Amino acid sequence: MSAATLDLHQMGVAELGAALHARQTSATEVAQHLLARAHAHSGLGAYLALNEAATLAQAAAADARLSAGERGPLLGVPLAHKDVFVTRDFPTTAGSKMLQGYRSPFDATVVQRLAAAGAVSLGKLNCDEFAMGSGNDQSAYGPAHNPWDRTRVPGGSSGGSAVAVAARLAPAATGTDTGGSIRQPASFCGVTGIKPTYGRCSRYGLVAYASSLDQAGPMARSAHDCALLLSAMAGPDVERDSTSLEQPPEDYSRYLAQQWPGASASRPLQGLRIGLPREFFGPGCASDVLQAVRAALSELERLGATLLDIDLPRTELAIPAYYIIAPAEASSNLSRYDGVRYGHRAAQPSDLLDLYQRSRSEAFGPEVQRRILLGTYVLSHGYYDAYYIKAQQIRRLIAQDFQTAFGQCDLIAGPVAPSVAWAIGAKTADPLAAYLADIYTLPASLAGLPGMSVPAGFGADPLPVGLQLIGNYLSEARLLQVAHQLQLVSDWHTRTPPPFTPCPGSHS
Amino acid sequence: MSAPLVQGYEVVIGFETHAQLATRSKIFSRAPTAFGAEPNTQACAVDLALPGTLPVMNREAVACAIRFGLAVGAHIAPRSVFARKNYFYPDLPKGYQISQYEIPAVQGGSVAFELAGAARTVRLVRAHLEEDAGKSLHQDFHGMSGIDLNRAGTPLLEIVTEPDLRSSAEAVAYAKALHQLVTWIGICDGNMQEGSFRCDANVSVRRPGAPLGTRREIKNLNSFKFMQQAIDYEVRWQIERLQDGYAIEQATVLFDPDSGQTRAMRSKEDAADYRYFPCPDLPPLCIEAQWVEQLRVELPELPRAMAARFVADYGLPEYDAATLTQSPQMAAYFEAVVTAAGKALAKSASNWIMGEVSRRLNAEERDIAQAPVSAAQLAALLTRIGDQTVSNNAAKQVFDELWSNPVVTGSGSATESGHDTAVGTGDLARVDQVIAAKGLKQMNDSGALQAIAEQVLATNVKNVAEYRAGKEKAFNALVGQVMKASQGKADPAGVNALLKQLLGT
Repeated sequence: MSAATLDLHQMGVAELGAALHARQTSATEVAQHLLARAHAHSGLGAYLALNEAATLAQAAAADARLSAGERGPLLGVPLAHKDVFVTRDFPTTAGSKMLQGYRSPFDATVVQRLAAAGAVSLGKLNCDEFAMGSGNDQSAYGPAHNPWDRTRVPGGSSGGSAVAVAARLAPAATGTDTGGSIRQPASFCGVTGIKPTYGRCSRYGLVAYASSLDQAGPMARSAHDCALLLSAMAGPDVERDSTSLEQPPEDYSRYLAQQWPGASASRPLQGLRIGLPREFFGPGCASDVLQAVRAALSELERLGATLLDIDLPRTELAIPAYYIIAPAEASSNLSRYDGVRYGHRAAQPSDLLDLYQRSRSEAFGPEVQRRILLGTYVLSHGYYDAYYIKAQQIRRLIAQDFQTAFGQCDLIAGPVAPSVAWAIGAKTADPLAAYLADIYTLPASLAGLPGMSVPAGFGADPLPVGLQLIGNYLSEARLLQVAHQLQLVSDWHTRTPPPFTPCPGSHS
Repeated sequence: MSAPLVQGYEVVIGFETHAQLATRSKIFSRAPTAFGAEPNTQACAVDLALPGTLPVMNREAVACAIRFGLAVGAHIAPRSVFARKNYFYPDLPKGYQISQYEIPAVQGGSVAFELAGAARTVRLVRAHLEEDAGKSLHQDFHGMSGIDLNRAGTPLLEIVTEPDLRSSAEAVAYAKALHQLVTWIGICDGNMQEGSFRCDANVSVRRPGAPLGTRREIKNLNSFKFMQQAIDYEVRWQIERLQDGYAIEQATVLFDPDSGQTRAMRSKEDAADYRYFPCPDLPPLCIEAQWVEQLRVELPELPRAMAARFVADYGLPEYDAATLTQSPQMAAYFEAVVTAAGKALAKSASNWIMGEVSRRLNAEERDIAQAPVSAAQLAALLTRIGDQTVSNNAAKQVFDELWSNPVVTGSGSATESGHDTAVGTGDLARVDQVIAAKGLKQMNDSGALQAIAEQVLATNVKNVAEYRAGKEKAFNALVGQVMKASQGKADPAGVNALLKQLLGT
């Protein structure tokens, strides 16, 4: 059996794992195939770095483990990492000129855990600079393009990850989500992505944007694949990340094929109560998005779920609260990029101040500079109480609102974003418009809750729309179960962008 | 407490002391804290603030803070918070220092000390945990600066007092007491040259009864001598300024030991806005009461309590007790000697430790833990002085031999039995051997001594005559002659008595 008969790049994580176990293909063969595709589709701007030798060495090691009889769902399966995870085998830039050529002496915990499970690293994926953005148009290395329409943004900040999965350049990718950076690009590109509970995946080795919000998660073609990845990624890392949850690893696929507790085979989600926040279904959301989301919700209803209206009254306040807290933390987190020890250093500095000012002005892009300034301002003497403390109070209230809501329902559903993907450049000059578009993803981020985006069909043009599912703390396995049940009866997640459907080998 | 005025002004001083905590690894990383290594060899990825690194609290550093809090009777906060102090400097790798700000781990408490025999107390505001920065090296880099990050992330306890001190002498006495305390409880090595114990003094002056004057902060005082000089200079300078009609402006100053002057580094106008906010990488520090209790039980007896016990139990003068409790090692040495030699010899033990032992240690710049004469050997020697085998004078020769040619004797059968002494047989044997080898055994044979005395009286007719004529000095000369003739082996008191008997007085 060879790649010619197996549609290698059309295979998801679970399928590839099975084929590798059956020795129908090898990790090396899959990696070579996908590296060739990455080169062929470099115009999408998905990858920032490849290292063929390192990838093939990892693949050979996986093949050796397979030959030795070792088995594991990720053994030999290739994937790619968002460029905010530090890696020894590839440079790590965080999409910034500041870290051009930076090579980390260690691997991020998430990278390490996936490697230990036998996953093969294909390379590093494009993203908004330091994960600040929602269109991948803030990358210092150029935009990534939405495979469904190359003139559109793929979303962000994990844009490259969403593009790679949607365009079948990789079966899966890692992403990070601070205010929606996994869910929104997953929604824009029609892939499945989950942001776990804050603290579930170690942040060690994740280039920090906003420490109290940053969370790693997987992006793939299905809930099943995400479950396999997350099972390897999540787990305690208290020796290296003090905010890591002391919760043992778990098998996130354990409920996938099960019915909701007490449900029947014909109505597998019987008993599941899904809360629909009124604030998520208002006039702020585009009608094509609402239509697609409602259609997906109808499917869940057919599976037995009960839909009920709930309130998340402080949803709108999530925007100012987030855009105070995240920039405040970012302004401090990014102070280490000073041109002294690593990263960009201005040429011929006249003195220390000049070294700082020019190094940072030259190497930080406009959105990063904007957020540093914003964060510096809100933390300044005399403003701290009015902005930062107030924002933290709102954050606590938002978390309380969710707990009230979870008294009525098991999970919460709604749109991920108020629109489908916009044209590249449309919001670059209007940051506020981009901030406002984060409204549905920010509340779960501020509360630290797990959230995911599940393909829910198409809106106008036709571009993908994601259904957002938000669960209570550590309910990832249940979120994945519901998403999987939906994917068993729908095919939105299997749709491939038109230019990427041809057979393997024809690298158009 | 009445404050001594300086030219009619009252001096007001508060202290901020950075005590480097004696942990093996850094406060938020696993890099070692050893001093003096090659630049940048003791800094790991976390200390260098490489992308993706995160701080993880060193439990031992917290234990040090708790021990200190217990030692000064402070409140140990069950929940305290780390904040980020944001500023740019090349030796501050993250661009912020992690430090406790609004809620420190140790709150309140006080440090008691003595000044010229009078008891004083300084109230503490707080003691908080924080990380040290690296070091900027401005020499040897041809107009550029070198950065050594070995010290970055070293755990510090910053100990802040109320402005309770009223003179430079009092300030130094406090600093010495604090230094003694932190080294005593083992949380700081106290090495001031290496920067393990650094003091900042906030100094102001005012007319008695007036509100607090504007303070200037003298930074980085790393010797007690400079501390006093710097404060004295600063007080004179401030009084002069005020008398010349100027106002004091808040400033940070440095003391230059060469010129003996303080000079301003920065004024309040360029004070940075540090944009403090809770560090999102570290959850609040929660200290369980059970842990505090465990550390309380393990806390050693504190120096002042121990000194009081030495006075009460051993009848030592307060001066002796205070001197012997300068370090736990010295106190332990003393107690080991007394335990072996018996309480009756406590004052003798104190004299020997403060005298011969300290003199030799100082001359050789050694610590008492490395004294070649063990406490057990000294106890054996004191026992032989006590039972008049050897005179106190001659014992110094024995001591010198024990010191210069150390032989490990072991304690032998050093069992304590009732009020008996418990000196090891091995130690006694060694002491006896030296006494015998040097022929220093005290002459307790009254016949032999009497023969010597009669001989001396017969050959020193002039002295005898002078003594009889009322010159006391002449008697001392006779005693000296007898001692000399006995080769120092006679007991001076016995010689005294014998001579007076023979001279019929």
